[in-house]
Amino acid sequence: MQETKNNNASAEELKKEVWNVVKNIPDPEIPVITIEDLGILREVIINDKNEIEIIITPTYSGCPAMDLIGWSIKTELEKNGFKDFKITNVLSPAWTTDWMTETGKQKLKAYGIAPPNKKQIVCDPELFQQDEAVPCPHCDSYNTKLVSRFGSTPCKALYHCNNCNEPFDYFKCH
Amino acid sequence: MASTTTVSKEEKINYLLYIADTALILSHRNSEWCGHAPVLEQDIALTNIALDLLGQARNFYQYAAELIGNNATEDSLAYLRLEHEYKNLLLAEQPNEDWAYTVLRQFYISTFLFYLYQQLQQNEDEQIAAIAAKSIKEVAYHVRWSGEWVIRLGDGTEESNKRMQQALDFFKDYTGEIYIAASYEQAMQIDMATIQKKWEEKITAVLNEATLTFSTNNFSHTGGKTGKHTEHLGYILTEMQYLQRTYPNANW
Repeated sequence: MQETKNNNASAEELKKEVWNVVKNIPDPEIPVITIEDLGILREVIINDKNEIEIIITPTYSGCPAMDLIGWSIKTELEKNGFKDFKITNVLSPAWTTDWMTETGKQKLKAYGIAPPNKKQIVCDPELFQQDEAVPCPHCDSYNTKLVSRFGSTPCKALYHCNNCNEPFDYFKCH
Repeated sequence: MASTTTVSKEEKINYLLYIADTALILSHRNSEWCGHAPVLEQDIALTNIALDLLGQARNFYQYAAELIGNNATEDSLAYLRLEHEYKNLLLAEQPNEDWAYTVLRQFYISTFLFYLYQQLQQNEDEQIAAIAAKSIKEVAYHVRWSGEWVIRLGDGTEESNKRMQQALDFFKDYTGEIYIAASYEQAMQIDMATIQKKWEEKITAVLNEATLTFSTNNFSHTGGKTGKHTEHLGYILTEMQYLQRTYPNANW
């Protein structure tokens, strides 16, 4: 049982071990990046009874991947001998693309998705605003054009590169 | 915000259901466009908005279910309540008609939700504040998308202007309901006067730019917030709830 596993380690060690077990779980919709890269995995809490709680947060309210992510965490932990843990989905503070790691951004770009710029105008309802120029992930040109602020998943916008003429996804600021 | 709020549990549940139902029904209306929108990118945009609204509705339903207890779940609230138990705005349940109706209705409701969530972010109920802070970022995108379409069509061709005007004339009898507070809404002590003022300013500015005129109507249909709906809601629920009604407790 997990008791032996939990008792053998100090809270700090246990926390690190749990984090390492789950951090590499891929995002179901963009499998090149992990839940750690995305900032979905927020925290591992070990209380004084050595009970484990994993805190995750959704990217978007309607993110259909959260159930699968919870399930993957459960599977991964059980595979590694943990039996007793709790997965908690928290909304606050609200997820932002600013939490994405640098490695995550590089992996996105290599995959053909332009990584998010620094958050700027997310909560402003003014119409026809221009996002800061988004470089094309294929040819690095800044000569790109927004096609639609909505794309194949809630977190992406559609762009077109005027230089290499390729369409591409942009992981939009949020 | 007033720190001496005395909102009862029942009032809070009703309020959560009012926002959740409005988001869910609008989401459902938007999803009816899936595969039918004028161009692929806009089909995708509208279904994305539908998904955001569905997620927001789920968050409010989950919290309502927690307060209700008694084995209530987000699913039982969405799939097993009847018309008279639904509290959504009448505006949300009106048929899609054409693209003009759809984007104008979206613009009205998203703008309202934007200013509402601005306030609810500071609500003393931490869960409501968290849902609002999460939702407002999504809603800002919806306001921009729908507002831009209102301008594009209103200030577009003769035909598109005519269509926007028709939508405007139709919905003028429905927007007033947003600001006629139900008793449970009053109990929440939200500053609706400020929201209404900001909403009217925003709507007026965008409609002006769209070369359309916003007429504030003294008359408005009401009843949605207390379960008295137009005939349209029954048809929506018939479709939406079909599976759970036909195969109770079906799961996958």
